[in-house]
Amino acid sequence: MLVYTAKRILLAILVSLTVSALVFSLLYLSGDPATALAGERASQADIMAIRAAYGFDQPVYVQYFKWLAGAVQGEFGESVYFRLPVIDLILERLPVTMTLGVCAMIFALALSIPLGVLAAMYPNSLIDRAALLLAVVGQAMPSFWFALMLIVLFAYWVPILPASGSDSWQHFVLPTIVLGYYATPAFMRLTRTGLLDVLSSDYVRTARAKGLRPAKVLFKHALRNAIIPVVSLAAVQFGFMLTGSIIIETVFALHGAGFLAWESISRSDFPTVQAVLLLFSWFYIILTFLADLLNAWLNPRIRVA
Amino acid sequence: MTPTIKVENLRVSIPLAAGVLHAVRGISFEVAKGETLCLVGESGCGKSLTSLALMDLLPSRAKREADRIELDGADLLKLGERDMAKVRGSTMAMIFQEPMTSLNPAYTIGNQLEEGIRLHKGVSASEARERAVYLLEKVGITGASSRLGQYPHQLSGGLRQRVMIAMALMCGPDLLICDEPTTALDVTIQAQILHLLKDLQREFDMAVILITHDLGIVARVADRVAVMYAGEIIESGDVDEIFSRPTHPYTQGLMNCIPVPGKTAYGERLGTIPGIVPSMIGEMTGCAFANRCAYAEDICLKTLTTRELVPNHAVRCVRAEEVAALNAGLDTATASAGSPA
Repeated sequence: MLVYTAKRILLAILVSLTVSALVFSLLYLSGDPATALAGERASQADIMAIRAAYGFDQPVYVQYFKWLAGAVQGEFGESVYFRLPVIDLILERLPVTMTLGVCAMIFALALSIPLGVLAAMYPNSLIDRAALLLAVVGQAMPSFWFALMLIVLFAYWVPILPASGSDSWQHFVLPTIVLGYYATPAFMRLTRTGLLDVLSSDYVRTARAKGLRPAKVLFKHALRNAIIPVVSLAAVQFGFMLTGSIIIETVFALHGAGFLAWESISRSDFPTVQAVLLLFSWFYIILTFLADLLNAWLNPRIRVA
Repeated sequence: MTPTIKVENLRVSIPLAAGVLHAVRGISFEVAKGETLCLVGESGCGKSLTSLALMDLLPSRAKREADRIELDGADLLKLGERDMAKVRGSTMAMIFQEPMTSLNPAYTIGNQLEEGIRLHKGVSASEARERAVYLLEKVGITGASSRLGQYPHQLSGGLRQRVMIAMALMCGPDLLICDEPTTALDVTIQAQILHLLKDLQREFDMAVILITHDLGIVARVADRVAVMYAGEIIESGDVDEIFSRPTHPYTQGLMNCIPVPGKTAYGERLGTIPGIVPSMIGEMTGCAFANRCAYAEDICLKTLTTRELVPNHAVRCVRAEEVAALNAGLDTATASAGSPA
């Protein structure tokens, strides 16, 4: 297990470095950043001044290592638009995104796993079909539309929940449902398929032949093996919920980090874009690493690999 | 002496789109303490379903019916799922064909060995552990106590089957059902496992039902044999009797498929049974083997009876006596032809 963990950490570091290089190179993808920053009517002297101020005149690798050294210490420079340290901006927005992501994740798992288990236990039954319908609807419905429908329903027709803002827990209810529901179908179908597979396995038959209670067979012997792919997917989905919540944050006017990224892209606020991208990528990497550890704990065969 | 298990007219049917598949069609047998009954037959003849039916572990679609299934005198048909679970793994245990996949990859050997006895007998963790170590040693696993912490993927197929056997014996069952316990193992390991099963049966004085398609295994371990074909027991009796005087044409066909050392010439073709097994969907009249039988006559397609030729040798064939007589004549003929004039 120690060797496995060490290998995973090393891999995570390598991936982080690669991602950081990619994120940094984004800066130059849209041409000369100094020209872009100086604006349309800037003189050559202004551009030169900006280039010197931001260090764009230095060799690219020097810029990269300076930037990376700063990033590792949480130093991402100053936002071009807000004139504030980028890290402060992100730290201010991150709690909203985190709260939304965690709530949506819990909602999605709490809804999908029991439904997936029921669907697998009674395949082709009414509950299985209802779960399938829920999955198809969830997959087919655009989340912004679902968000708007929920606002119409619960903030306008039956005004029991706020439509926008992030001041109280009630503000998070609708966004959580929208974001969580989006992830539900995949979890549910994966749980169902995995469990159906495992329930017909030889070791589940062995467990039944031992005279174990059905609940013990299901939860101890079947679900633990069936849940392994769900863990990997959950890590990816959680990353997606944090980074991909831009639309949801916009619809519900939740000022989270995803919203910040979107704002900064449209304002060419490249230090902020870079910082958000890098942090989200690192977050993804850490989640994947944790999912790997969790899977190794669930499945002893992975540990030796 | 009352038999450990007594089965009367067991039927298993599976409803399919094309009709009802009668996989097991009214079989009866009993096995006493210390006795080994081999259920032998080809793939799909219903032998595995029979064992699952005894354990009440049939797939949910399959339907089990019987006049009587008695274990130690108690009627298993009357038990609900909860009471049946108490019997499973405690008084009646089972070993499966696939040792590679029959253990849960996520738990240690110790965990899987101990959970049954802790549930059924309510023993403490240390007592369960002691019993597990004792049985692992009994089944010939060295360093038993250190094995308890290992996972199935760390063991070879032969070792896993030994673990499965130890697991089945944890609660000291009266009846052990072994469904093709050596089929997935290589030949040297097969011999060891069969030997082990025989020793353990003697030591723990269990009734054993061993399911196999391998007549070599039958010859080695069985006290009594029941040959199955198309969901029925077509011939049963003491092992010596069946091997020396196979009477049902199907049993004879099976015997002809085996090369006999010293008798079968090098390069000689082994016997085959022409034709294929009939569809078991829907009702069947007459003998299921009639379409492949060299002795079949019109009567075979209409009626079917079980005849006891000698005590402890029953044949499910209308013409059993005639076939037996023909064979006896054949034997004398070949014997006289082979002897020097």
